[in-house]
Amino acid sequence: MSHLLRGVAPLGGTPTDLLIVDGRIAAIGPDAAREAGSAEVVDAGGLVALPGLVDLHTHLREPGREDAETVLTGSRAAALGGYTAVHAMANTSPVADTAGVVEQVLRLGQDAGLVDVFPVGAVSVGLRGEQLAELGAMAQSAARVRVFSDDGMCVHDPVLMRRALEYVKAFDGVVAQHAQEPRLTREAQMHEGVVSAELGLAGWPAVAEESIVARDVLLAQHVGSRLHVLHVSTAGSVEIVRWAKARGIGVTAEATPHHLSLTDALARSYDPLFKVNPPLRTPEDVEAVRAGLADGTIDVVGTDHAPHTREDKDCEWAAAAFGMTGLETALGIVSTTMVATGRMTWADVARVMSATPARIGRVDSGPRAQGRPLAVGEPANVTLVDPAARWTVDPAAHASTSRNSPYGGMELTGRVVATFLRGRPTVRDGALVEAVVA
Amino acid sequence: MTAAQAPGSREVLGPPEIGRALIRIAHEILERAHGADDLVLLGIPTRGLPLAQRLAATIGEVEGVDPEPLVGALDVTMYRDDLRRHPTRTIGATSLPDRGIDDRVVVLVDDVLFSGRTIRAAMDALTDLGRPSAVQLAVLVDRGHRELPIRADYVGKNLPTSRGEKVAVRLVETDGVDSVRIEAQ
Amino acid sequence: MRHLLSAADLDHATAVHILDTSAEMAKTQSREIKKLPTLRGRTVVNLFFEDSTRTRISFEAAAKRLSADVINFSAKGSSVSKGESLKDTALTLHAMGADAVVVRHQASGAPHRLANAGWLSAAVLNAGDGTHQHPTQALLDAFTVRRHLRGTAAEPDGVGDDLAGLRVAIVGDVLHSRVARSNVDLLTTLGARVTLVAPPTLVPVGVERWPCEVSYHLDEVVDGGPDAIMMLRVQRERMGGGGGATSFFPSPLEYTRQYGLDARRLARLPEHAIVMHPGPMNRGLEISADAADSPRAVIVEQVANGVAVRMAVLYLLLAGEREDEA
Repeated sequence: MSHLLRGVAPLGGTPTDLLIVDGRIAAIGPDAAREAGSAEVVDAGGLVALPGLVDLHTHLREPGREDAETVLTGSRAAALGGYTAVHAMANTSPVADTAGVVEQVLRLGQDAGLVDVFPVGAVSVGLRGEQLAELGAMAQSAARVRVFSDDGMCVHDPVLMRRALEYVKAFDGVVAQHAQEPRLTREAQMHEGVVSAELGLAGWPAVAEESIVARDVLLAQHVGSRLHVLHVSTAGSVEIVRWAKARGIGVTAEATPHHLSLTDALARSYDPLFKVNPPLRTPEDVEAVRAGLADGTIDVVGTDHAPHTREDKDCEWAAAAFGMTGLETALGIVSTTMVATGRMTWADVARVMSATPARIGRVDSGPRAQGRPLAVGEPANVTLVDPAARWTVDPAAHASTSRNSPYGGMELTGRVVATFLRGRPTVRDGALVEAVVA
Repeated sequence: MTAAQAPGSREVLGPPEIGRALIRIAHEILERAHGADDLVLLGIPTRGLPLAQRLAATIGEVEGVDPEPLVGALDVTMYRDDLRRHPTRTIGATSLPDRGIDDRVVVLVDDVLFSGRTIRAAMDALTDLGRPSAVQLAVLVDRGHRELPIRADYVGKNLPTSRGEKVAVRLVETDGVDSVRIEAQ
Repeated sequence: MRHLLSAADLDHATAVHILDTSAEMAKTQSREIKKLPTLRGRTVVNLFFEDSTRTRISFEAAAKRLSADVINFSAKGSSVSKGESLKDTALTLHAMGADAVVVRHQASGAPHRLANAGWLSAAVLNAGDGTHQHPTQALLDAFTVRRHLRGTAAEPDGVGDDLAGLRVAIVGDVLHSRVARSNVDLLTTLGARVTLVAPPTLVPVGVERWPCEVSYHLDEVVDGGPDAIMMLRVQRERMGGGGGATSFFPSPLEYTRQYGLDARRLARLPEHAIVMHPGPMNRGLEISADAADSPRAVIVEQVANGVAVRMAVLYLLLAGEREDEA
């Protein structure tokens, strides 16, 4: 199978031709057309080519909550969102805290065959924050786990966090922390501030995130380990990460699309679509997160795609589940908030949504490498984006099993047109490729 | 353009006619009640109330008594049968003379008698407030088109109208001028 | 008015109109025959997810005095934990033909969801949601303040008037109080100047944006000469003495000493000042018996005014044609 992408702009640069043969990028530039032979020609005029997107932060819900999402439906959503790889978080049922569960998730991903699914392993047994899970066994399993996280829960015990940071050094792993001081956030419902005071919803103060981030960067420095801070949501956290990086601490950080675009004012609707953890913050925090992403303080955009069934959202705010879907809208949000505003280039997008997440997850080498540059000889994981396309989000049309997108009705600029996984199109003209679905 | 000048609008009663009608009604009331002793005039807001006050003033003059204890206001909003057909109505004030209405002759006073539904509501309201010895009705204008078996005891002017027309009563106390006009809708 | 969800939704004209309507309702309640036929054929559902016999009885009396049919639906504990969801409850009430749903719920915003999620078409009346709002409580408080401080010989209820320039102190657990939130909104809309008095632990983060002043010192506020002082109920579970690290103040005794209305503070209030409490009171904690039983306490009257205010709100929500039908 070979494709000639005609007139495509790699990373938004000068339009050229790009030839994909046998799963690899065979040629770029004038050579491409000459060597194309019988390759299918794709008119990619006006489209930007990015390396296939890599998400470090996806909840696929399987095993356990197949009513909200399965590995298959989540993979479809990911492919439509321009992703060629996702990291599946460990808070499934049972929890992905053993080699058996992570291998099950790996296999489900291979069966779906739309994106590479890399299981994340739990840090602690059952996410309970009491005892280390068998991190080594998960690392050595067929799933080759390198990212460990109790996401959804914070590894709040400082000793357990220290041990985890130290232990994963043996296999070059990384601990991805959900920074939330549990005592400061008991029954918390939304960002603590002016809006929570008005709405009478229990507050989730910024300091509950920042105190853990501060502690963890110091721990990472002390033991010389890699720390990844998930969903940075406050200006203070951005500042702490910036400080830590300046000191040479091995910390990376993530921003979610929703913390780049939405604020706590949306809670005034009491619509649980806007209930998420960490919560939507103030406009000042959103600006700080955008600035952090633009200046490299924040390394990656992770979706925190968190599908929930209708009954878990069709209720009163306090009873609703935390989380929102994001795979199918992430590129559009980043494009709208960061690229269309001139704060980032498409090369920057490739960095924060593909190359860096792949490097943090240690999936950027070997024959099935992700997040590689668009260069001859590299695996042909390619996402085509129409940077000028304006489109309106319609959650009812999403491939995800769940409908809890906060962006319904919102108009975005920049849309995924096609996704190639190792040369094979999983998405063409914005739709899943039928043969793959069947 | 004010309503008073609207095309198809004509004045049927001016200040002198209204004044004469009220004086006549006041005398008729006195005649039937054999004096003012047991009399209570309850005006139905908005324009029934100033009419009741004017009638009481005339009666007070004729009988040489203080008109104040003769008058009260009876708001019927909460007794209406058409609340759900209109935007929410503002509830007016109800105030009874200190002596109350028990065993007295109550004269309900309103500006226009039309379907009779307001008076039906007024009688229900009255029942909740006490037990008069008799209830009578005085109106400035009777325009016909009754929907209930109700008739006025004292009428300022019988005014044949079509259903499509509107009778607009204006009084000095509420509108700055005394006039009754028929307006095409 | 389609729903009554928050005192913040009421503008000055609407608030005065509700109070004026309440005054007319109050007059009917001193008659021998208190029942009015106004809402005949209308169905009012009292949907209470949280126990509050006082509030439920007040709404029930109000609806019955207006001849509405009243259905009491006690759904305590059903929704949030397990059992029927709020949505299914709403669909049930819709099927039963409820014209108004009076809802009390432990979750802030639950009445908003009922009103806006498209589950039912009834008017929704917030009877207290979590730590958010309790608009009819604020209305009855405003009614009580206006009657006492703005009433005249001609207009004993102060009809037509607002609360411009009056100074009201609200004392106690502001953080968890829907009464405080509602009163700050409504009293300031009506022109009063509100001062919240509480220990810093019981003042919400973000209060600086509220249209009121905040003080940590009751004595200073008392000596400032407020026209009305409203004591909030302190929940037992928020107290010290066994509450551990999460208690909001060290001990009940310390709270009473710092923030309780006792005889000494009562004596220092201006002659005309009234003492209010939404009830139920913790005598000896936030309010002493001297204060609660003093002639300037209007606490029992607040209860009576509650029925009139709720009648007015039900009238305004239900008596006219529906706005979406017009």
